Amino acid sequence: MQWWEYLLKYGKVFLMGGAVCFIGQLLINRTKMTSARILVTFLLLGVVLEAVGVFSHIKEWGGAGITVPITGFGSSLAKGAIDGSKISLFHAVTFGLASVSAGLTAAIVCGFLVALIFKSKPKKL
Amino acid sequence: MDGKAYCEYVSKTAPRTAELKTLLAAFCVGGVICMLGQGFTDLYAYLLPQAEESLVGSLTSMTMIFLGALFTGLGIYDKIGSVAGAGSIVPITGFANSIASPAMEFRKEGIVFGLMAKMFVIAGPVIVTGVVSSVIVGVIYRVIAVA
Repeated sequence: MQWWEYLLKYGKVFLMGGAVCFIGQLLINRTKMTSARILVTFLLLGVVLEAVGVFSHIKEWGGAGITVPITGFGSSLAKGAIDGSKISLFHAVTFGLASVSAGLTAAIVCGFLVALIFKSKPKKL
Repeated sequence: MDGKAYCEYVSKTAPRTAELKTLLAAFCVGGVICMLGQGFTDLYAYLLPQAEESLVGSLTSMTMIFLGALFTGLGIYDKIGSVAGAGSIVPITGFANSIASPAMEFRKEGIVFGLMAKMFVIAGPVIVTGVVSSVIVGVIYRVIAVA
C-alpha cells in the first residue's frame, strides 16, 4: 500500500468512529441518557446491523471506526450466533457469547487487577 | 418552582455553544481512539500473517480493553472523559472503563461485595443485553436454516 492509501484508510476510520461517537454525544445531550444506556443502545445497534447483514458493508468502509465502538462487540455476538446457527440449535445459542469471550475475559481480568493495584482518587465535579 | 419547570429553565439558559463543543470533542476523541484500534489491527495482521480475521479482531479488542482499564487506573481516562463525553464512552475502551471505574471506587466496601459485585453496575446490563439478543438472533437464524 502507498502512503496516501494509508492516509485515506485511517481518515475513513477517523470519520466513521467520530460519527458513531457524535451520535452518542447527541443522544447524551438531547435525552440525558446515562452511559449504561448509551452502551446498551449502541450494542443493540451492532447486533441489529449484523443480524440484517449491513454491518460487514459498513466495516468494509470504516474499518475499526465501527468495530472499536461497542457496536463491534454487538456485531461479534450476533455473528457468532449466526455462524453457530449453521451447525445446530445448541451452537446457535452458545456461539454468541463464545465469540466475545476474549474481550469479556480481558475486561473482567483487567478491571479486577486495576482495582486491586490502583487506588480510586476522589472525583472532582 | 417544581422540577419540570426548573429543567425547562435550565435548558433555556444553558449556552447553546456548549453543545457544539461537546459534539466536536466526542467526534475527535472517538475518531482518534478508533484510529488507534485500526493501528493495532494492522500491526497484529502484519505480525501474524496466517491469523484469521477473528483472531486479529479479538487481539485488538483485548489490547484496547487493557489500555482502557490501565488509563482508568492511572486516573487519565476520567480526565479524557470529562472533555470527550461519548467519545470516551462508546468505544470499547469505555466499556473497560465502565468495569474498572466502579471496581476501584467500591473496593473499600470489600473485595467480594465491593470490587467484584460493583464492577458490573454498568457492564452487567450491557452483557445481559448482548447475550440475550445474541441468543434471539441465533434462534431466529436456526429456525430459518431448518425451515
